[in-house]
Amino acid sequence: MIAKAGHNRFDPAESRKRCMRYRKRILDISQTVSALHAAGAFSCMELTDTCYHGLMRPDGQDTFLMSKGHGCMAQYTVLEDIGVLPTADLDAYCTAHGILGAHPDYGNPGIEASTGSLGHGMAMAVGMAVAERNKAGGSAEAGMVYCILSDGEIQEGSTWEAIMMASTLGLTNLVALVDNNDFQSLGRTSETHPSFYPLDDKLEAFGWETAEVNGHDAAAIYDAVAGRAGDKPFVLIAKTVKGRGVSYMENVPIWHYRSPNADEYHQALAELREIAS
Amino acid sequence: MRNTFAEVLYGLAKDDPRIYIVVADISPAGSMGKFREEFPERFINVGVAEQSMIGICAGLALKGMRPFAYTIATFSLYRPFEFVRDDLGYQNLPVTVVGIGGGVIYSTLGGTHYAQEDIAIAGAIPNMSIIAPCDPVEATEATRWLVQREGGGPVYFRFGKAGEPTLTGPDSDPWAFGKLRYLRRGEDVAVLSYGVITKMAAQVADALTEDGHSVSLAVCHTLKPLDRDGIADLLRRHKRVIVIEEHAPQGGLAPQTKQIAWDIRAECVLDTFTLKDEFVHCYGSHEDILAAHGLSVDRILATVRG
Repeated sequence: MIAKAGHNRFDPAESRKRCMRYRKRILDISQTVSALHAAGAFSCMELTDTCYHGLMRPDGQDTFLMSKGHGCMAQYTVLEDIGVLPTADLDAYCTAHGILGAHPDYGNPGIEASTGSLGHGMAMAVGMAVAERNKAGGSAEAGMVYCILSDGEIQEGSTWEAIMMASTLGLTNLVALVDNNDFQSLGRTSETHPSFYPLDDKLEAFGWETAEVNGHDAAAIYDAVAGRAGDKPFVLIAKTVKGRGVSYMENVPIWHYRSPNADEYHQALAELREIAS
Repeated sequence: MRNTFAEVLYGLAKDDPRIYIVVADISPAGSMGKFREEFPERFINVGVAEQSMIGICAGLALKGMRPFAYTIATFSLYRPFEFVRDDLGYQNLPVTVVGIGGGVIYSTLGGTHYAQEDIAIAGAIPNMSIIAPCDPVEATEATRWLVQREGGGPVYFRFGKAGEPTLTGPDSDPWAFGKLRYLRRGEDVAVLSYGVITKMAAQVADALTEDGHSVSLAVCHTLKPLDRDGIADLLRRHKRVIVIEEHAPQGGLAPQTKQIAWDIRAECVLDTFTLKDEFVHCYGSHEDILAAHGLSVDRILATVRG
């Protein structure tokens, strides 16, 4: 086992508090726009938080890529919290005078690549990991690349092209995290493609090390990634719930895109408070 | 042209660790083979997986590298089009997409291997530049520029295959990105072309010279950004202008030259010769396929001579 995690002070209890705060921030912003992919962001909230606050080293040498671009509210709220993304920018989300839209744009603070069209992130992450490894002369200290994928985009052939390439190139500095909420726009992934599962067998057959955890358990996420063997590219299959934290959003496809109305917003806040307490 | 390109990259790569070559199952023969042997960590063969070829190049460029994606034109541009548009164009990354055999050069392989609309398709993407060298010397100049330029976005680099003759010489204007250049200067007639078919344009220019005309031969190696001022000047200076292009009638040099002619109220006679807006179903030499599209020295001269 090699030392991979930058922070050994990662505190899952603090992560839990942060994630509740981030969800509240997303709900607040939802009241200013008609749509913002809240459910997809809630689904990968703990994954995103654990990457930034736990796994990535604080000196900026590691890279985070939100391949499921519609999950960007999770990334925006974390970036705001760590002081990379100005609050004024997030307040101006999806407005004519702002810079942030419903998918991440390269060049905005903290955004390393433009995504939104599914199936693009994995190949870019492979290219980034190659560059980081070569810059470090192949040493174990190479910059890490963390890439969050949706389970829907694993249906894209391009994702599998890049998955195959990552193992061919032996990219041990690449970690993919699959936000496996089993939902895509139209319904359950397992119904769209019953043969989609088992996912870990497929990824292992393509030469990756895999682990599966509860994707809302920050400690489990952290431990699985930090404790990987590290001699292959690593993928964490994170079992998540789309809309996690708000009962009426959980596993209901319409919340892929819609913003809650005022009553729904207050109910959501109350439910988050209850979970936090 | 392919070997020249690989030789130049190999030479520059020794001092420039930003150069990567990412190929899709193309045989790394000649200088490409030398690059692979000497810089294995910077030579990536993705196999038959063109979308990831472009995406990997984007990832490399996002980390400060200067990658070259390299395969047959239909597979470097058409197959992964949305990756070229989003990953390279939208993010404005300095990746060169090399399209080998642009036009109908793969004359025995059929329509699946013809990139006869590539200039229109690449040119429609914001931030994308297009370079199509006419001979190995231009290919060398352009390759050097692609590596050494400061900043800049993606470039579609339309290439020939192998065995192209040298058309430029000591009397040719120097090569400069975005600038039309004269290979020879005359006063009455101008023949304007780019890419591999410039060989045919040179033959047309020779024949018209023998007819007693004073003939210019100009190449527009940079299709985007187009040298509008240079083309306008050429249209003003000559009584007759002949554009010869190995590309579909839409979106290439010919219609853009007509547009400029209209904009400046040009008074010259303007003839354009392009590929047809058709898939031709025949095989043979490159010249045979061009002829099936109506492009041959004799047909062009017959039209011009009236």
